[in-house]
Amino acid sequence: MIPEISWTILLPTLLVTGTGFAVLLADLATTGPEKDGLGWIGIVGLVVTAIASAALWNTQASGFDGTIVLDRYALFFNVVFCLAAALTLLMSMDYLGTIGLRSGEYYAIVLFATAGMFLMAAANDLIVLFLGLETMSIAAYVLAGIWRPDLRSSEAAMKYFLLGAFATGFLLFGIAMLYGAFGTTTLTTITAEIGPSADLQRTLAFGGVALLIAGFGFKIAAVPFHAWAPDVYEGSPTSVTAFMAAGVKAAAFAAFVRIFMHTFAELAVDWRPVLALLAVVTMTVGNLAALKQTNIKRMLAYSSIAHAGYLLVGMVAADSLGGAAVLYYLLAYGLMNTGAFAVVIALGKRGEPNESLDDYDSVGLRHPALGLCMTVFMLSLAGIPALAGFTGKFYLFSAAVGQGYAWLAIIGVLNSVVSMYYYGGVLMRMFMAEDGKDVQGTTHRPYLTATLIVTTVGTVALGIFPSWAFELALGAFQSLG
Amino acid sequence: MEIGLTHFLVVSTMVFLAGLFCVLTRRNAIGILMGVELILNSANLNYLAFSRYSSVNYDGQMFAIFVIMLAAAEAAIGLAIVLGIYQTFHTIDVEATDTLRL
Repeated sequence: MIPEISWTILLPTLLVTGTGFAVLLADLATTGPEKDGLGWIGIVGLVVTAIASAALWNTQASGFDGTIVLDRYALFFNVVFCLAAALTLLMSMDYLGTIGLRSGEYYAIVLFATAGMFLMAAANDLIVLFLGLETMSIAAYVLAGIWRPDLRSSEAAMKYFLLGAFATGFLLFGIAMLYGAFGTTTLTTITAEIGPSADLQRTLAFGGVALLIAGFGFKIAAVPFHAWAPDVYEGSPTSVTAFMAAGVKAAAFAAFVRIFMHTFAELAVDWRPVLALLAVVTMTVGNLAALKQTNIKRMLAYSSIAHAGYLLVGMVAADSLGGAAVLYYLLAYGLMNTGAFAVVIALGKRGEPNESLDDYDSVGLRHPALGLCMTVFMLSLAGIPALAGFTGKFYLFSAAVGQGYAWLAIIGVLNSVVSMYYYGGVLMRMFMAEDGKDVQGTTHRPYLTATLIVTTVGTVALGIFPSWAFELALGAFQSLG
Repeated sequence: MEIGLTHFLVVSTMVFLAGLFCVLTRRNAIGILMGVELILNSANLNYLAFSRYSSVNYDGQMFAIFVIMLAAAEAAIGLAIVLGIYQTFHTIDVEATDTLRL
């Protein structure tokens, strides 16, 4: 029997995919600088999708034989993905011209990756999840290497692809084992089947869960599956790096949280210690490695690894507060990290990326506005009060304490202190160093300025009025049932 | 001797390990890609075996078709990336294409 097609459930995904195709078509009719306009088509499409997702907020439906669901959880993530993708497109409109890469397919591929993310957040079936993950990942591999003439971009694409495909294999094998254990891949059915079981089923289920952790661990760049992240983040075009950190990571967490905190909630006793260990190692290794970096993108890559560790702390809490904290933190992290990468873009110009930390000497004194934005992002990433990053960490760690994981929260706080050293180091260079070379980014970049304004205001607003967003995140997480 | 589920699982695990070994030891990008394909296909064997022996529906066989389709898409992208690497580096040895370091 062919399941009924339910258009409402697919609406957000279809809107984004449709926008992607519209961009591809419009690409044929444009040349040269006109191609920047393609970004506008994408942004309008994403804003419409975000509004549609918000309008569907009270929906709780499932379709296609229960394989796809549209609940608040999926809708919350849809808005996060739209935000990440729209900000990426916005800054790309200035950035692509700078690196001499005016291609329409860039915008389309970002939109197709976003469609894959939507499927990941809405998947109620491991195979649909896998399809969404691959749609997103394949698009991300292409994006990493889209700057063809650049040596580092090609290399980043190859490393990302080879390790990503490897991780995909693990994930798929894990799904196969779960299918063997439960005879189905639909998450709701799996939840119902978990319980006292035969030996073979138990072995298969544990093997499957372990392989899923490895597969997702790769996508979120958790230690020890993080080896690709620094190289890929450094080599990819900066706008793509921002998209990976804000979008791809959030999508991986969307699926990770749904499967582990909801479907496998019964098995929490078993996976909690594993994730707790992963969280500790990820936070510590990420922060310690970030200390000695000399390239800002590489430093932010290690910081991104560390942040995956903080997010895992929220998952270890395994209750609705922890889940909501993860959702809130992903939103906050998307804003502040995209902003930081926008500053990196703002300081570069054609043939002169200015990505070394030395290039940041006394930049804050010569470009006070840019310095102010960077101050907000760095302090927020470090977790200084009144900014989004602080509230996010507060929610994450207090959820862990509430579930008896105080030691984990303490390690998290200690790690934040370590991170203050390298985030603060950037600010010290920007405002205290005196003999910096006169780094000048290309002037007059309206889109980049707009990106910086949105991310700065967002980071501050989310920090000062956190309860509103946290309530939404809590509602979203509780819609899992 | 009756061929049962266990036999299929043993074979698929062996294919999986062969793929793993291939990925970890090859230095040639295409060689690594071949290892990844082995891993994907070992999962396919599992889907088919579980579908045949322990499930009442044909879900598993359908999944295998999905996976074959995705593996094809992935190989297409992968080969394009490797071709790009060859044009810029004139080699596809993954240890030679290593400029991103501290």
